Amino acid sequence: MTNTQNAAMKSGYAAKRKAANIVIYVILSVMVVIWLFPIVWLVMRSFSGDNMIAPKGFFPTEWTFDNYINLFAEWDADANAWVTPDVFPYGKWLLNTFIVAVCSAVISTLIILMISYAFSRLRFKTRKTFLNLGLILGMFPGFMSMAATYNIMEIFGLKQSLVGLVIVYSAGAGLGYQVSKGFFDTIPRSLDEAAKIDGATRNQIFWIIILPLSKPIIVYTALTTFLSPWADYIFVSYFMKDNVDNYTVAVGLYNMLEPNYIANYFTRFCAGAVLIAVPITILFVIMQRFYVAGVTGGAVKG
Amino acid sequence: MNYLDYVQMTTGQRIAYRIKSFFTGIPGALAKLVKIIANFFVSVFGTIGRGFKNYGQRFVNGDAGTKLSYIIMGAGNLLHKQIGKGILFLASEVAYIFFMFGFGVRYISEIFCNGVVVDGVVVNGVIGNESPIYETDPLGLGKKMINRDTVDDSNQILLFFVLTVLVTIAFIAIYVTNTKSAYAVQQVAQSGKAPMGTIQELKMFLDERFHVTLMAIPVILLLIFTVLPIIFTIFVAFTNYDKNHQPPGNLYWWVGFSNFADVFYTNKMKSETFGKILLWTIIWAFFATFTNYILGIVLALMINKKGIKFKAFWRTMFVITAAVPQFVTLLVMRILLDDKGAINNMLGTNIPFLTDMSGVWPKITVILVNMWVGIPYTMLISSGLLMNIPEDLYESARIDGANAFQQFTKITFPYIFFVTTPYLITSFVGNINNFNVIYFLTAGGPNSDSYYQAGQTDLLVTWLYKLTVNSSDFNLAAVIGLLVFVICAAGSLITFNMSKASKNEEEFS
Repeated sequence: MTNTQNAAMKSGYAAKRKAANIVIYVILSVMVVIWLFPIVWLVMRSFSGDNMIAPKGFFPTEWTFDNYINLFAEWDADANAWVTPDVFPYGKWLLNTFIVAVCSAVISTLIILMISYAFSRLRFKTRKTFLNLGLILGMFPGFMSMAATYNIMEIFGLKQSLVGLVIVYSAGAGLGYQVSKGFFDTIPRSLDEAAKIDGATRNQIFWIIILPLSKPIIVYTALTTFLSPWADYIFVSYFMKDNVDNYTVAVGLYNMLEPNYIANYFTRFCAGAVLIAVPITILFVIMQRFYVAGVTGGAVKG
Repeated sequence: MNYLDYVQMTTGQRIAYRIKSFFTGIPGALAKLVKIIANFFVSVFGTIGRGFKNYGQRFVNGDAGTKLSYIIMGAGNLLHKQIGKGILFLASEVAYIFFMFGFGVRYISEIFCNGVVVDGVVVNGVIGNESPIYETDPLGLGKKMINRDTVDDSNQILLFFVLTVLVTIAFIAIYVTNTKSAYAVQQVAQSGKAPMGTIQELKMFLDERFHVTLMAIPVILLLIFTVLPIIFTIFVAFTNYDKNHQPPGNLYWWVGFSNFADVFYTNKMKSETFGKILLWTIIWAFFATFTNYILGIVLALMINKKGIKFKAFWRTMFVITAAVPQFVTLLVMRILLDDKGAINNMLGTNIPFLTDMSGVWPKITVILVNMWVGIPYTMLISSGLLMNIPEDLYESARIDGANAFQQFTKITFPYIFFVTTPYLITSFVGNINNFNVIYFLTAGGPNSDSYYQAGQTDLLVTWLYKLTVNSSDFNLAAVIGLLVFVICAAGSLITFNMSKASKNEEEFS
């Protein structure tokens, strides 16, 4: 084969590859448009002054920031003052969700770390039994026993309260140990043994040796447990019933779309949704590698 | 089939084989589930039997203190000067006695009360008591209760009954520990050593018994807020706790397996609804899983192909859609896809995406929207795996003259398929339980008269939710919950058998 033939073949391949790449670029661009369309549409609606639910155009006919402001304060013409909205107190919901998320994140993270350390590093007689029981409990549909949980909370005097919500979220965290157990499993046991020879108790090993090595998994656990109350609709909607003041954002926003309200509150719903989606999206994009490791069952290496 | 046969198959045959073996694996997995449950009970009874044997032996070999602590807990420890431990045991016994007489006995006695009169017939197995005064209905349609003041709350009785049982089990555990502890301290004393002091004993909870310290609070929380409600709900599946028997004010009672019979054949409406919903759940889970899986991998391949620029940009664009909370994106989709929604308006069409009464459009729509939701996730997961494929595999394939398509079918796809099989099955089980997509998009609708409290796109779990929230048919909801549990447990067992990770669990220890 001569050099020119070789070059011609090479350029033929290059052209082919180029064509293939152009096709891929086109497909990717079309897909990105389809995938981003609902999200950008939501953002556009949140800045729209017309309050239309199904506009013909994509961009708002009149731009405004009012939807965001109205989430927290409405202008009362009679009183000539800003008042907090009474039908949909978004600011209150935001605060509720934040409090619940922070409290349950702190408690859940502690619980998950404790359980997964015990399952991963300690060997005791009932370990296998507990692991199997945890597996079995995890297979019941989460909200199957929702009504019973409500009854229990009623007995404790905690029904429809934020404290009750924190307790339910944190109590359930005991079953979410898999990812962090997987992480602890990868820390060499020789570290424990060396410390044990030096006279450290298992308690000291946990605090002084294991926890400092586990920063990535602590951050991951704290973030996932912090994020879950923001997106939980099922349990909160059943648990809070009509106690609007104690709603979290998810339930409140859902209710804005009820037939009675949607006509007046749709753009405000969009603003509220954008407001919580932005920080959650940023956190998720940062944390994606942990998410992948958690799902594929591989250990997170940090 | 052995490994050699498998390797010689084409990719298509391999997929067919995997799918076939998944479905043919179901009976085996169910059998295995039964076996595991049976083994569980056998081991439980074995443990109890051995426990009784040791319990008896300790009594026979015990000294006066040990024997005494079989009746008065902590006596053995107290006699051997383990004051702190002894007092704790004694206190727990006293507390348990007070608990039972002040509280527990009532609920155990009322769990099988007799005597509610329904249409003149006495019903047995009622949960709770009532002493109503009846008056005869002038139309002769049975009797009517005129006072409701003295009706028990069946809910409360059942709940406290379960609680009492859990407390009793916990107490038995403490009691057995007490006899062991008494015997242990007796042996220490007999060997001439000084028994451990309280401080020393407490220190053990930071070392040898550190697992107890770590797990006590989480386990107690789980018992009260997860195990107790689940056991309660399982009991409810065997009662008539439905919209006509709502406490407080009404009692409900045990009805045996009749709720299960209803769902399977005796009640035409419920059993037909169950059949249709189960079928749709399986169809949905199948399509939702495989469309997402295959297209997600294709997307990952496109983004990761050599020569494609701005990889991070493309990936981030899709990750953003996955990161927005699902209830937000799904509600937006619902608004967009409305009959008079923005999509129809922009296209100038009138497609009944979510409301088509025949159910065809809604079913297609939920699967399509689910692709929108799920493809970025699969892309995210398989992107990482693609980078793990050893580059020399491709190199040697290229030297052998394989083209891009052959490289995909012979290297990339088999590799990813092998690595992600457990994920595939987990997501199949996850899709059976996929509440969000269905509930936020169609809420199970469009509703149809031929369904009991459900609509055309309802899955078992959304039906369960509606039965709990809308119609208060708690007994039926509990039955559905148990059936979903059985399906998921079977599915998870298949996963568990297939995934190597479970076998390697001890590798690091």
